Amino acid sequence: MKRSITRLLMAPSVILLLVWMIVPLSMTIYFSTIRFNLLYPGQNNFVGWMNFEFFMTDPGFLPAVSNTLILLLSVLMITVVLGVALSALIDKPFFGQGMVRVLLISPFFIMPTVNALIWKNMMMNPVYGVFAWISQSLGLEPIDWLSDFPLMSVIIMVSWQWLPFAILVFVTALQSQDTEQKEAAQMDGATGWHIFRYLTIPHLSRPIAVVVMIETIFLLAVFAEIFVSTGGGPGYDSTNLAYLIYNQALLQYDVGVASAGGLFAVLLANIVAFFLIRAVGKNLTV
Amino acid sequence: MMNLNQQRKFKTFVTGSFAWLIALLLFFPIFWMFITSFKTELQAISIPPSLFFEPTLDNFAIVQERSDYLKHAFNSVVTSFGSTFIALIIGVPAAYAMAFNPTRKTKDILLWMLSTKMLPAVGVLVPIYILSRDFGLLDSRTALVIIFTLMNLPIIIWMLFSYFKDLPKEILEAARMDGATPWDEIVKVVLPLSIGGISSTALLSIILCWNEAFWSLNLTASEAAPLTAMIASYSSPEGLFWAKLSAASTLACAPIVVFGWFCQKQLVQGLTFGAVK
Repeated sequence: MKRSITRLLMAPSVILLLVWMIVPLSMTIYFSTIRFNLLYPGQNNFVGWMNFEFFMTDPGFLPAVSNTLILLLSVLMITVVLGVALSALIDKPFFGQGMVRVLLISPFFIMPTVNALIWKNMMMNPVYGVFAWISQSLGLEPIDWLSDFPLMSVIIMVSWQWLPFAILVFVTALQSQDTEQKEAAQMDGATGWHIFRYLTIPHLSRPIAVVVMIETIFLLAVFAEIFVSTGGGPGYDSTNLAYLIYNQALLQYDVGVASAGGLFAVLLANIVAFFLIRAVGKNLTV
Repeated sequence: MMNLNQQRKFKTFVTGSFAWLIALLLFFPIFWMFITSFKTELQAISIPPSLFFEPTLDNFAIVQERSDYLKHAFNSVVTSFGSTFIALIIGVPAAYAMAFNPTRKTKDILLWMLSTKMLPAVGVLVPIYILSRDFGLLDSRTALVIIFTLMNLPIIIWMLFSYFKDLPKEILEAARMDGATPWDEIVKVVLPLSIGGISSTALLSIILCWNEAFWSLNLTASEAAPLTAMIASYSSPEGLFWAKLSAASTLACAPIVVFGWFCQKQLVQGLTFGAVK
């Protein structure tokens, strides 16, 4: 195949993605250097680093950065560890295996807004929720999840959504595991744990890298769950960067500061991506 | 004493029951939402929760009447299927070119494409909002289709690339020897061979679009709002009415959940992202 044809076939994707990346990003960079508040139109003079200063001294800034990272790391940990364990559990045939798999992956099909509403109301409501009822039946004080443990509540919702994705990928990967190798190990007297530790886990290293990478893309940008459930509160306890910037732009109408925040989010994503790709990149052959 | 066979059966029974228990626990919130949508508002908040009750369909009627479910469902279908279709048309040739004619730059290009997904949506929210406003595309399905297409294009290309790469090269060479043009090659050889991979790519893309909430919430109001945005409107005041909320949620999720159940075999087989040899 000629090189020109290769280029021609790739051109639409490359050009579209280039435009999609460059146009909005350069606009964001421009907005971040001017005064741009929708409440005061026409006063768009150059302000240099002021918007960045404003954003980074916002009382919500530090909590938002740490919440973003805590949310990312906890959900990654929960989904990868439980995902590996559960997919190993349902790997061997048992009664109703297909049905169990369908049940396990179902939360992935639930949209984030519905996810948040179910958990916020029917599960975690301190008076009428299922959790409250369980606590009461056990004679315990019901917990007000969204006010007392707002970030943990969001972590539970997001993990519930992404655990099925990890299971989906790992289940597929396990199907390709060499059964002869496992049987040979069993013959040699390897216990189930040894087989899991020394055969299954290494076999899963590339799928784990894939899950970590794809989930990171989505987890850095968690928005709807917070928007619908805690609204970032109480205080800034469950505000992440995405939500803080949204707050600046659409609730305080300060486009300049929001743009500066947007650039900071891009920077943070790149730092995380840099470390992640270095950590898991050797397992990723494209 | 149990013999070896009995022992193995017992072990399968234990792990099987454990798997069932966890699966039921994880599925419980969905089950509960479904059940609650058939309750009256009083039954919905009764403690202890009522499991046996006379089901009613009133909630569904009220949801359709109040927020025009069918219009939003139509928006969801158009945006998710439309953008997936367009992204496939753009992505298949690119993935094909990179898989069958790799150069030294191929890996870099793929990583760059993925890195465009690392740009958090909030970082470009304001410009996209302003651009859509200036083009008169606020609250339009067109804007969502364009954004969803570009949003999922990198993942689509990556998945397709990993399928195409695993196709046996000999078949393609044979076709080329017979004088097939690249177009013939794609349509008559590559597509039929990778139909499984393409459909699971499309499935994932449709699911991601259907459940996309950030752009839907920020760029649409009433006309073009897909189901994700319709549901958000039930978050505050109506959030107190759990039965109606559940009915709306069930209606919003049912199409994609049922779709996902039917296609789960396909999805399970397809989701390796080239990670499995």
